[in-house]
Amino acid sequence: MTRPPRRIVATPAAWAVWGAVTLFFVGVAGVIGSVLVNSFGTRWFDTWLPEGYTTDWYGQAWEEFTLLPVLGVTLMVCLLVTGISVLVGVPASYVLARRSFYGRRAVYLMFLLPILMPPITYGIPLATVLYEYGFAGHLSGVVLANLVPSIPFVILTMTPFIEQIDPAVERAARVCGARTRQVFLRILAPLLIPGILASSILVVVRTVGMFELTFLTAGPDSQTLVVALFYSMSASGIRAQQSVDAMAVIYTAMMLVLLVVALRFVNPTQLVARVKEDPE
Amino acid sequence: MTPVALRHRLAERGIDARLLLLGPAALFVAALFIYPFCYGIAVSLQPAEGGPFAAYQSFFADAYQRDTIATTLWIALPAALLNVLASVPIAYRMRGRFRGKRVLTTVLVVPITLGTVLTAEGLLNFLGPTGWFNRVLLGLGLVDAPVSLTHNYWGVFLSLVITGFPFAFLLVLSYLSGIDPSLEKAGAVLGAGWAQRFFRITLPLLAPGLATTFCLTFVLAFSVFPSAILVGDPSGTTRVISIAAYEAAYVRYDYAGGAAAAIVMGLVELVVIGLVLGLRGLLYTGSTSGGKG
Repeated sequence: MTRPPRRIVATPAAWAVWGAVTLFFVGVAGVIGSVLVNSFGTRWFDTWLPEGYTTDWYGQAWEEFTLLPVLGVTLMVCLLVTGISVLVGVPASYVLARRSFYGRRAVYLMFLLPILMPPITYGIPLATVLYEYGFAGHLSGVVLANLVPSIPFVILTMTPFIEQIDPAVERAARVCGARTRQVFLRILAPLLIPGILASSILVVVRTVGMFELTFLTAGPDSQTLVVALFYSMSASGIRAQQSVDAMAVIYTAMMLVLLVVALRFVNPTQLVARVKEDPE
Repeated sequence: MTPVALRHRLAERGIDARLLLLGPAALFVAALFIYPFCYGIAVSLQPAEGGPFAAYQSFFADAYQRDTIATTLWIALPAALLNVLASVPIAYRMRGRFRGKRVLTTVLVVPITLGTVLTAEGLLNFLGPTGWFNRVLLGLGLVDAPVSLTHNYWGVFLSLVITGFPFAFLLVLSYLSGIDPSLEKAGAVLGAGWAQRFFRITLPLLAPGLATTFCLTFVLAFSVFPSAILVGDPSGTTRVISIAAYEAAYVRYDYAGGAAAAIVMGLVELVVIGLVLGLRGLLYTGSTSGGKG
């Protein structure tokens, strides 16, 4: 007996769904594409494409916006934020994953709040406090501000990761006489490396893209790339639109490189939330 | 009671020296989040002139400030709703395995990582009066004059869709793939059509996840700041509450006013989230995997 042939023609619902997805992607491609094309164009007013192409805008952007120090600051902030938040966050997530104690839910909520609050809400009082103590306006203030969402983020991504490591391994080590420090360094650390790598890359992606907190705490010599981009955009008219776009393309390229690196270690959905892959 | 006995009694409740590992993280969050927050509340209650609630009073008395709450909700709620509601049918269709799923999800992540500043720059070019979008519309003869989509409500709304939709979609997709397909198959065997399967089986199991997704997307949309300035109309239709807070603190140097606006912002957001999560509490939240039960 033959099976009925599979229908090739898609249902109207499928058309609608794929149509919406295509529309969305066309929009995204248009958004990125127009920035990219504009950054290479000489003059582009009322035509489909620019009159000619040049790479001068990149040189101009590089010099006008002093991109080298800006990139240096961005890199520095990312390294410090990631390093500190992993060092501080991983031990905390170990406790949260392994122990049940009085007040555990309250502690968990405390770590959840900075992620749930809009950055501007706590950013303004935080920036005021940081100015009070003389941190804001410098690299240290930017790093401190960026730690606020990063540490909870590391904790929230690492806790489920530690939960799925068999506690019997640790117990065995303890039976053999290992102290907490040895259990951490010799047993847990090697097992945790993939998780730590994944969550630190996510922290880097979030820190490079974090606009509000850096914007509120950065001084003139501690701007990250996204803040410098914002300033050059909101002061448009002074500088050629194309050189702002060239800077935007540099930012995009940096983000895409990070993304490609991140996706080697994590599943796309993890960039949004820690969720399990489909079980099959 | 001897100290040893106390230590044992505490250890029985799970409190011992290893909890100290929580210390640094708790200290950071306390010093950099809770303390500034309390400080902000204290500052907002000590305005330069007037009683302790003068900053709040002037926020609510001035229509230019007060209306920012409505403006923000009017941008954030529709954007978050659209993002979540559009994700459901699309994720429902794509929850199975198919070729290119990984590529698709990867491409979807791109707008999230680009962030609002770059999206704003792109939207200005793409949707502007001489941008590609208006050229296509004019070329197709759909409109006579360029549609104005930047420097107004729609620019901000679209920027929130571009960054928020992939976020909502990936979350919904992950919730959907957590629902055991055999539940729906059982429904199909018993003669349920697709509508019945979706509305009676999948949707009730998915609803709590949708509530969570809505909250997270709403938080993103509610704190819209850069795109409201860059592609919006920051002194008119898209003067969101974060702009009001920023202006008070950094343009007028009215720290009490800025802190008050920031705290009103946080409270409004918590009210919306509380409502949604309260409704979520009425739903079934349990195992979504099939079993012998």
